[in-house]
Amino acid sequence: MGHSEKASKFVANSERMHWHDKALWFVREKRDLAAHQLDEWEELRRVASEIKSHTMDRLDYYLEEFEKNAKQKGLHIHWARDAREHNEIVLNLLLAHGAKRVVKSKSMLTEECHLNPFLEKNNIEIVDTDLGERIVQLRREAPSHIVLPAIHLKKEEVGKTFEEFLNTQKDNCDPTYLTREARKHLREKFLTADASITGVNFAIAQTGGVVVCTNEGNADIGTSLPKLHIASMGIEKIIPRLEDLSIFTRLLARSATGQPITTYTSHFHAPIEGGELHIIIVDNGRSDILSNSDFKESLHCIRCGACLNTCPVYRRSGGYSYGYIIPGPIGSTLGASRDLQANKTLPFACTLCASCSNVCPSKIGLHNQLYKHRQNVVKAGLLGAKKRAILKVTAWVMKHPLLFDFMGLVVRKIVPILPRSIVYSKANVWGRNRELPKFPKKSFKELYKERIK
Amino acid sequence: MSSKEAILNRIKKNRPSSTIDLPNTDILHTKYRDKDKKFAMTLKSVGGKAIWLEDNKSVDEFIAENYRDLDIIVSTYSTHNIDTPHLLENVDLAVIKGEFAVAENGAVWIKNPKNRHRALYFLATRLLIIVDKNSICDTMHEAYKLIDFSRAGYGVFISGPSKTADIEQALVIGAHGAIEVCVLFV
Ligand code: SF4
Repeated sequence: MGHSEKASKFVANSERMHWHDKALWFVREKRDLAAHQLDEWEELRRVASEIKSHTMDRLDYYLEEFEKNAKQKGLHIHWARDAREHNEIVLNLLLAHGAKRVVKSKSMLTEECHLNPFLEKNNIEIVDTDLGERIVQLRREAPSHIVLPAIHLKKEEVGKTFEEFLNTQKDNCDPTYLTREARKHLREKFLTADASITGVNFAIAQTGGVVVCTNEGNADIGTSLPKLHIASMGIEKIIPRLEDLSIFTRLLARSATGQPITTYTSHFHAPIEGGELHIIIVDNGRSDILSNSDFKESLHCIRCGACLNTCPVYRRSGGYSYGYIIPGPIGSTLGASRDLQANKTLPFACTLCASCSNVCPSKIGLHNQLYKHRQNVVKAGLLGAKKRAILKVTAWVMKHPLLFDFMGLVVRKIVPILPRSIVYSKANVWGRNRELPKFPKKSFKELYKERIK
Repeated sequence: MSSKEAILNRIKKNRPSSTIDLPNTDILHTKYRDKDKKFAMTLKSVGGKAIWLEDNKSVDEFIAENYRDLDIIVSTYSTHNIDTPHLLENVDLAVIKGEFAVAENGAVWIKNPKNRHRALYFLATRLLIIVDKNSICDTMHEAYKLIDFSRAGYGVFISGPSKTADIEQALVIGAHGAIEVCVLFV
């Protein structure tokens, strides 16, 4: 099923679609407010983008720097070519430490590697501790947004889920009440955990440490109790210098939720007393993207979610319509780079409005990338038969100006007098939820000619 | 071939050869005429509060006055004889030292090698962060000049109480960490 088929399920409930759209637009507006308060906003984006470009051009050097400096501080570094290897490393570390109960804070990379099901199969209890992630985990769903994992759910649904799993009061869906109950439930998990797993927002080559940003403090509590902390990072999370954080910490939260900074910005350069900090550096297809000059910038992403919040398609079709771990514009380009065949409809889930590229803190040309992916879809012969036929006919007509004028004339004369049942027949997909505009008497060309006479 | 070599070789093969220079991070940026006010306002907007200790008062007096009803009060310095961080589970108030504050985002930098358990910062229901009143800087540009990780250690910026908006975008203060954060300038 492609994006539009999955999206049609979501839009079938128009009330929910509009609610979803509004919720995300609200976040987008908060981002605007925060960004506009800084005169240097565009400068910050420029510098962020240049730091990322520079780093990607010398990625091997910075990764080795990072490893060297991290080891000097007593941290352990592992390398994983792909998801399977990553999961094996995690499992072996847990087994070596006799860890049975693990708390995890948000990490899109571990989602990408399908770490949870893998660990569960190996009899390890893994608890997502970000509230939104815990909600979707209990419901056996995937996150529908990279920053707001449960944005697709209404509080009544969350209430029901908590009733079932946390024994909360019946029909009580007050967010404060539910959050307090989750706090109690997760406190217990934190205090009894044998190990913690976190993602990484930034890994600093110069100092050999990693930085994790959260609002809830779940990564911070999670890592400060059990002796074993495993941090998983994609190779692209590297930044060269500590001072580069002055740029990224100013951009990240403002772009994500409009906050001036996340509540907690933890800098890990040591484990807790008597503990161990292991960092797994994961490739899993990223180095392939590096070689493609059209798409390599997608590795500059700092996962703020701004492009999702602003995207008119994402807002109205929901995260699940993409069928890829990361939804929205950035997910569409990453998914298409990873497997064009499987994700061939994603580059078309886009109006080319370019709003994503305008809000992206690392200045990724997201819409350009999607446009290029479309061309690759066509070149690879992956376009559906219907769409291909339509494009062929359109191109042919457009190449013959006289025919084009004539057809325009016929349509202008005929369509208005045709019965509705024909104009809005099944074949007119566009007209299913829309009305055609009123047809003008004359074409633009005719009007133009009259004018310049 | 080890995975490390395999990954690095792939990167070397695939990465672009052109190299643009690392840009200067110290760009022209916002400065605040009244840093105290900006800090207090921003911290308030993220759910915390800033207070300047009156000249004739001590921190102890402040705590006695403001946190009278609390049972378990732990300061950074009293963690050295606590053997496991789990024992800090029920701390009502943690009194900790902040190195400096950042006006633009209400954050305080906390890095204290003398604190045996970083869990104290996150398990306590309330945080009282003591900061020198002359150490408020404008933005993160100044902040990172004051941070040093040449040696192993742990440090964290904390900006207000723990929060979440994961249920229908409704902001709830006190997700996992502190429910109340007060920055006390002395
Ligand atoms: S692509 Fe840009 S806007 Fe989208 S999540 Fe990544 S950094 Fe944010």
